[in-house]
Amino acid sequence: MTNSINRSAGLSRRSVLRGATALGAAALILPAGMRAASAEPKKGGILRIGMGHGSTSDSLDPGSWDNAYSQVFATSRHNYLTEIDADGALQPEIAESWEASADAATWTFKIRQGVTFHSGKALDAEDVIASINYHRGEDSKSAAKPIVDGITDIKSEGSHTVVVTLDAGNADFPFIMSDYHIAMLPAKDGAIDPTTTDGCGPYVVDHFEAGVEAKMTRNPNYWKSDRAHFDGIELLPIVDGAARQNALISGQVDVIDRVDLNTVHLLKRAPNINVLSVTGSQHYVFPMDSRAAPFSDNNVRMAMKHAIDREELVEKILNGYGSVGNDHPISTANRFHAGDAIEQRTYDADKAKWYLKQAGMDSIDLELSVSDAAFGGAVDAGVLMSEKSAAAGINLKVTREPSDGYWSNVWMKKPFVASYWGGRPTEDWMFSTAYKSGVNWNESFWENARFDELLAAARSELDNDKRREMYVEMQGLVRDEGSTVIPMFASYVMAHTNAVATPEKVAPNWTMDGFRIAERWWFA
Amino acid sequence: MAHVWRMIAQRLALGFLTLFVVSLLIFGATELLPGDFAEAILGQSATPETIAAIRRDLGLDQPFHTRYVSWLGGVLQGDFGNSLANGQPVIELITKRLGNTLFLALYAAAMAVPLSLALGILAALFRNSIFDRMSNALALTSISFPEFFVAYILILWFAQSGMFPSIVRLSEGISFGETLYRCFLPALTLTLVVTAHMMRMTRAAIINLLASPYIEMARLKGMSPIRVILRHALPNALAPIINVVALNLAYLITGVVVVEVVFVYPGLGQLMVDSVSRRDIPVVQAVALIFASAYVLLNLTADVLSTLSNPRLMHRR
Repeated sequence: MTNSINRSAGLSRRSVLRGATALGAAALILPAGMRAASAEPKKGGILRIGMGHGSTSDSLDPGSWDNAYSQVFATSRHNYLTEIDADGALQPEIAESWEASADAATWTFKIRQGVTFHSGKALDAEDVIASINYHRGEDSKSAAKPIVDGITDIKSEGSHTVVVTLDAGNADFPFIMSDYHIAMLPAKDGAIDPTTTDGCGPYVVDHFEAGVEAKMTRNPNYWKSDRAHFDGIELLPIVDGAARQNALISGQVDVIDRVDLNTVHLLKRAPNINVLSVTGSQHYVFPMDSRAAPFSDNNVRMAMKHAIDREELVEKILNGYGSVGNDHPISTANRFHAGDAIEQRTYDADKAKWYLKQAGMDSIDLELSVSDAAFGGAVDAGVLMSEKSAAAGINLKVTREPSDGYWSNVWMKKPFVASYWGGRPTEDWMFSTAYKSGVNWNESFWENARFDELLAAARSELDNDKRREMYVEMQGLVRDEGSTVIPMFASYVMAHTNAVATPEKVAPNWTMDGFRIAERWWFA
Repeated sequence: MAHVWRMIAQRLALGFLTLFVVSLLIFGATELLPGDFAEAILGQSATPETIAAIRRDLGLDQPFHTRYVSWLGGVLQGDFGNSLANGQPVIELITKRLGNTLFLALYAAAMAVPLSLALGILAALFRNSIFDRMSNALALTSISFPEFFVAYILILWFAQSGMFPSIVRLSEGISFGETLYRCFLPALTLTLVVTAHMMRMTRAAIINLLASPYIEMARLKGMSPIRVILRHALPNALAPIINVVALNLAYLITGVVVVEVVFVYPGLGQLMVDSVSRRDIPVVQAVALIFASAYVLLNLTADVLSTLSNPRLMHRR
């Protein structure tokens, strides 16, 4: 069941109209940093959150937290070894401190004393080890298995020290321990129970019904005194965009995420509502299969990269809520973003033609397989791309694939597809997840010896200046030789009532203040 | 009366056969969908090893017939198995939602059936009058719009002003009156959606009879039009009306997922959609069986009631 869309005149007219409204809306958005400074946090109140995810099949199993609902819910009841703060820096959480061996292959974590689970059990090294081990090993069913695969051994030294040995140096290992899957759960006989709601986080779960609601109250024994300001949290899945918006306007919830970008201008008009837009590491990509012609020729890839109008995509697909990408996956929120060291790529049909000529062609027919499963607006983005690339002699046929089963049947199967990444807090993490040769999620099957060499070197390098140099070179490599078109970074767009107060800076690493809305926000 | 019992027994037996065929079809159809539970749950984060581990753990690596037979064996002993997605017993997942779905269906039916019967009878009585045309036009308009549109309009009028809640939250321990209040908008949406069908069928069935000689006779005897319709026409028009009511009730139970989504109502439709997209076969099967049973039972009820309402069928020779 495949529908083909070839540059339709109707859609282009609509896109133009939409673009016009987007410009208007964009003018009204204040960047997160410029919002009114918030007063001192106050305790009290029940925060009701309407999330655009959540379904009846959600589970408590840490290996299966695949949507923002599960992730916010998990972060509300659990703690992690480390935490990424609003500036993208790493902060201690359950791990009080950590140090690496000289080759960054052995990491020693000091575990915080006096932390108790909701059940009253005191947390120690055994819980930490069991929580990490749950994702490792032959029988692991966890989505986080690939990121802890590098661990060869974990052992405790005393009751509050954990020593982790890796198969190779990794200077960013403590960052990985902040991953939302790797929550600290109570261990029993050396294993965690993946069906428990018990944790050592800010809120205690009173009631959870998958796809309906989760109700939590503040953990009276929470070890952080300056966090968890609400008396309780109610987390509701409201998947329909209009229903979510209505619930906010009619006062049935206090905060929503995933504001529908087509109607955000209407929401802004409602009294007492603030729209909050955070530019983070989430980006939308179009990987090309570099193993086979025509994409095995870098000239074709470069032609494609020059033949898309990034500004237009940000305006029309994201309604201005985002920023242009430069064909590498590192966001401005990352530590080693290249910044001005690498020039921003723009739409240039002549250059695209030139690259096509280098590849020995005057024009080329390509097929782009898209679905809104990849990201909302992916199909429209494909149509916009095909309209612009035509001028460069690239005839892009956009094929709409069914959303159902997109990740198993289209992604990494068809030669040119749409995909998205929530982004990773570190360069190494992002690169080694999707750009290193031969890794599972290298969606473009790109292989580059120099890149792999730099990746390995930078990973165990502890000198930040040297690392920056290497990461900037790698961003350049992905941009100019890589096989992925990265046209845009999408902001996380949320909305809340005036009654809700946020910290001055809202974290850009994930939606809902890095999933930590429950412990970072408060009622004004 | 004996043949009515025989019919019920026969139809129930056939019903079970239907359920068996339905379960086989659904199992096979889920099998034909691209991807299985392991791939659906891991999505973009799938790796070959984790997919294999999940399949091994849940027995998804077994061939189709082995899994079907073991599922069927469980069901025959009253065990519908556990959800693949969160390991909860399917019965537990379904019971509460089935209750919610039935409640909403009955709520909507309690408004829609009397309303459409009354409107249908009045429309037949005042055939071709302004009232007839207006009620037809209104009913047809509300059925012609997609459900979500009707729902959004109601939200715009009744929820944004704060009169009724736009999302339904059924917490523990709220009173019956409060529940009725919270569920009013979805019930009203469904009422608007199903009224037209039943009303027009009532009107048509009655008007059809109004041309018969015995109605002519009643009129000639000088009976009032309302008595002619209620006493003489309506009893004979019951069979088609009962059938269309049963059909709409079945729809209210099985087909309201769009309304559930818009009002965030925790019913079976949403569970079905979520489970299909996750390929959570035990849940899909159980919900499908409930939906199929609803059709079987309601059709049976309709047939029994039509038989009872028709003396010619009751006293067959």
